Amino acid sequence: MAASRKPIRWHIAVFLAPAVLVYTTVMILPLFGTLQLSLFRNTPDGQVFAGLENFRTLLGDPRWSANFWNALWNNTWFFIIHMLVQNPIGILLAALLSNPRLRLRGFYRTAIFVPTILSFVIVGFVWKLILSPLWGIAPDMLDLVGLKSLFEPWLGKEEYALTTLALISVWQFVGIPMMLIYAALLSIPDEIIEAAECDGVTGIAQFWKIKLPLILPSIGIISVLTFVGNFNAFDLIYSAQGAMAGPNFSTDILGTFLYRTFFGFQLQIGDPYMGSAIASMMFLIILAGVCLYLFGIQTRLRRYQF
Amino acid sequence: MSRATSSLSRSIAAHAILILYTVIALFPVIVIIINSFKERRAIFRTPLALPDSETFSLIGYRTVLDQGNFLLYFQNSLIVTVVSLALVLIFGAMAAFALAEYRFRGNTLMGLYLALGIMIPIRLGTVAILELMVASGLVNTRTALILVYTAQGLPLAVFILAEFMRQVSDDLKNAGRMDGLSEYRIFFRLVLPLVRPAMATVAVFTMIPIWNDLWFPLILAPAEQTKTVTLGAQIFLGQFVTNWNAVLSALSLAIIPVLVLYLIFSRQLIRGITAGAVK
Amino acid sequence: MKRASIMTLLLASPVLGAAGSALAQETTLTIESWRNDDLAIWQEKLIPAFQEKHPDIKIVFSPSAPTEYNAALNAKLDAGSAGDLITCRPFDASLELYNKKQLADLTDLPGMENFSDVAKSAWSTDDGSATFCVPMASVIHGFIYNKDAFEELGLEVPETEEEFFAVLDKIKEDGNYIPMAMGTKDLWEAATMGYQNIGPNYWKGEEGRQALIKGEQKLTDPQWVEPFATLARWKDYLGDGFEAQSYPDSQNLFTLGRAAIFPAGSWEISVFNTQVDFEMGAFAPPVKAAGDKCYISDHTDIGIGLNAKSPNQEAAKTFLSWVASPEFADIYANALPGFFSLSSTPVEMEDPLAQEFVAWREKCESTIRSTYQILSRGTPNLENETWVKSANVINGTQTPEEAAAELQKGLESWYEPQQK
Repeated sequence: MAASRKPIRWHIAVFLAPAVLVYTTVMILPLFGTLQLSLFRNTPDGQVFAGLENFRTLLGDPRWSANFWNALWNNTWFFIIHMLVQNPIGILLAALLSNPRLRLRGFYRTAIFVPTILSFVIVGFVWKLILSPLWGIAPDMLDLVGLKSLFEPWLGKEEYALTTLALISVWQFVGIPMMLIYAALLSIPDEIIEAAECDGVTGIAQFWKIKLPLILPSIGIISVLTFVGNFNAFDLIYSAQGAMAGPNFSTDILGTFLYRTFFGFQLQIGDPYMGSAIASMMFLIILAGVCLYLFGIQTRLRRYQF
Repeated sequence: MSRATSSLSRSIAAHAILILYTVIALFPVIVIIINSFKERRAIFRTPLALPDSETFSLIGYRTVLDQGNFLLYFQNSLIVTVVSLALVLIFGAMAAFALAEYRFRGNTLMGLYLALGIMIPIRLGTVAILELMVASGLVNTRTALILVYTAQGLPLAVFILAEFMRQVSDDLKNAGRMDGLSEYRIFFRLVLPLVRPAMATVAVFTMIPIWNDLWFPLILAPAEQTKTVTLGAQIFLGQFVTNWNAVLSALSLAIIPVLVLYLIFSRQLIRGITAGAVK
Repeated sequence: MKRASIMTLLLASPVLGAAGSALAQETTLTIESWRNDDLAIWQEKLIPAFQEKHPDIKIVFSPSAPTEYNAALNAKLDAGSAGDLITCRPFDASLELYNKKQLADLTDLPGMENFSDVAKSAWSTDDGSATFCVPMASVIHGFIYNKDAFEELGLEVPETEEEFFAVLDKIKEDGNYIPMAMGTKDLWEAATMGYQNIGPNYWKGEEGRQALIKGEQKLTDPQWVEPFATLARWKDYLGDGFEAQSYPDSQNLFTLGRAAIFPAGSWEISVFNTQVDFEMGAFAPPVKAAGDKCYISDHTDIGIGLNAKSPNQEAAKTFLSWVASPEFADIYANALPGFFSLSSTPVEMEDPLAQEFVAWREKCESTIRSTYQILSRGTPNLENETWVKSANVINGTQTPEEAAAELQKGLESWYEPQQK
């Protein structure tokens, strides 16, 4: 690195300062101010320090732990579907779109991205309408291809609801991996592609042998972003199924569990202490995943500079 | 098989896949838009039918225009989104550059610190943030929203941009240093243009949650003067009855500005600049 | 707080205080509410009526979406940016705010004498010594039906459960209408319009509710399990795919004339009136045998209180006294048929369907929803669990006995009187 011999490199501080300042005041201090509540408890005498008591309750008391493990497992399933469906589709679409000779690619790229810009209110409404057994869009369409017998009230069945919602979420967010990978593929210089073509490596082989290794860091990023996004997910479930994440908590993920606990719901009074304990657990889970990526994967990824 | 026919069949296959996915992506959007032009009963009687002379109705759009001040709400949303976005991009790119370019003690830790924000839902800090805004007299100002959204957008921006900046050629930057360019010039003149696709991507990712956010406008700036579109549309969601015409109309209209912003940014997704600059 | 002040410095804003022009003679009061639905009524009827008498007090009705209301309100109260007047949810949600000193004590507010203790119970401390919200309205459960459909099929309004199921059978046989418009997707519909609607006839209203609170009855007793058993029988009369049918779907099914009966809360009256093109009628929850005493859920649902930190205490109290007056009761009950005034002074209502509902108060005993008072204070939350279990029972994924046993187990785990 060029500048490593200078005594104090003020420019580093200048580059970092604005971001760190805003981020620390408006985000980090309030968030950790709240998270530390997880070590306290409310008693008739006011707030008292409780150590790890709340965590013991969360993981040990069946009234809490059953909900917690249920939400954690549902969340994991939600994530698995995104990794298996959203990211491969996103990469495929990006690979197809990055072909400079493809016509209409601007149109496709925009069209496929449109769901991503919709608000959750609309997404929840329209999918409930489409999948509704009453108003007939999905049943009629299945009827057209003679598969009406396959129709189920998916959002109302414990065994299907979560998977259905995960797929709706994939539908909504596939634009994100697509765009990131697309941007990464664009950064591959023409020379490399031309050289590959001279060697007779084209088409699908070119993608696997040349481009894929080059975009691996970006695939790493989308995996980590998917992980983080999914374990913080909340809005879609909330707008489609409500805070109770029915039926029978089968779509309850950590985000909805946290919301009910922290802010309360209906007659349930919000409990910032247990809520913060849940949030801390979520934070630790996500942190573990991100550290795995930062220290285990990112440092080992071969990066090519162009 | 000759190369020409195989490339033709490949291109047909590519179009087939893309058309199929485009249909999947757009179908629900079209359902929303056609239904925003229908009267309530028709939405549920025949959700797929195009509005005809009997069911066509602008009632939703008319309600939106009559109730509340949607022009102002749009303006608020736009100001908040664009200003936050600009701040996120510039601050984020600077920080990302520092992390990607220089080796200094605590670099990885700083990277991790700046990434913490994407790991905790910012909603959790609501009360503390609101207290902060009350204390600084920023409640019911657009500034409060801009500050929160800037903070909220930074972690992702830094995270993505740093990765892309690591891929910018050292030779190029060192050549710049040889020519006596300051670190600031290297950043603004050499590196930023090279990561334009990544900047555009980050811009798009950042603006969407800001534009669609309901929570912070509700908490920090619910006043009539500072309401955003998403919050304004909430007035049509009642306890026992929802005015779907109005909600669909308001939110269909709300798609347009983000779509325009998206189109502006996606024009930056052009390979020419990148390839050209390296030579 | 030290941290807050540092953060304030960091953010020191050029805005010179947001306090507003304190010199203006006019006071402006802001009402926090979850009733987006009532915006027009406030703006067009209630506020003008109040201002005719008090031109110096300006009122702004500022509702937010009902699902967000509690969370947003609590945050704003904690941070001190909430409005002057707070629309009160019944029981613990508001009691909690009073205990945190966020709602002011209104026991001595002029006008409170217009309400009975029962009316005030939802917004009083457990011992009844302090009241912190002015009761606004209650809602009554029952069934709304499509009169045209009943005439077409030659059906009589059922009075007993047997007749009720006979009617459902006939509608089903005919096949033109879905017998009953209800879904389980939103959960609360199953609990509120199902369990709490028909339940009081089984547990004898207040008698059972009080016994449960005292620990003398258990949720596994027959009078608490039977309503679940009846609900389980409803399954066959609901529309296809009712598991994914949301509450607005149910409303639309009924108002579009596709379903004959709607298990309802009286609030539907004002919604349905503007949407249906057929005639509607209503009947009270059917009793088990002819001649049985009937019980209805007449639930205290909405009140209004005073933010203890509001700078406009006097003006706010003036306003609240007006809300407690017969004049307000009259305008409100008639503008929103189905929200029944809790005032001791009887209110003349013009809407025929609302009159029908309120007439049941004469012949039946009133009670409130069984889970609301005291019993939903712990974890697991009895009300939330009742939502889930009611939906499970109708979906057929749990038997009535299993559902009741789990509810009882949950309640026992934290509620002492039930641990005996």
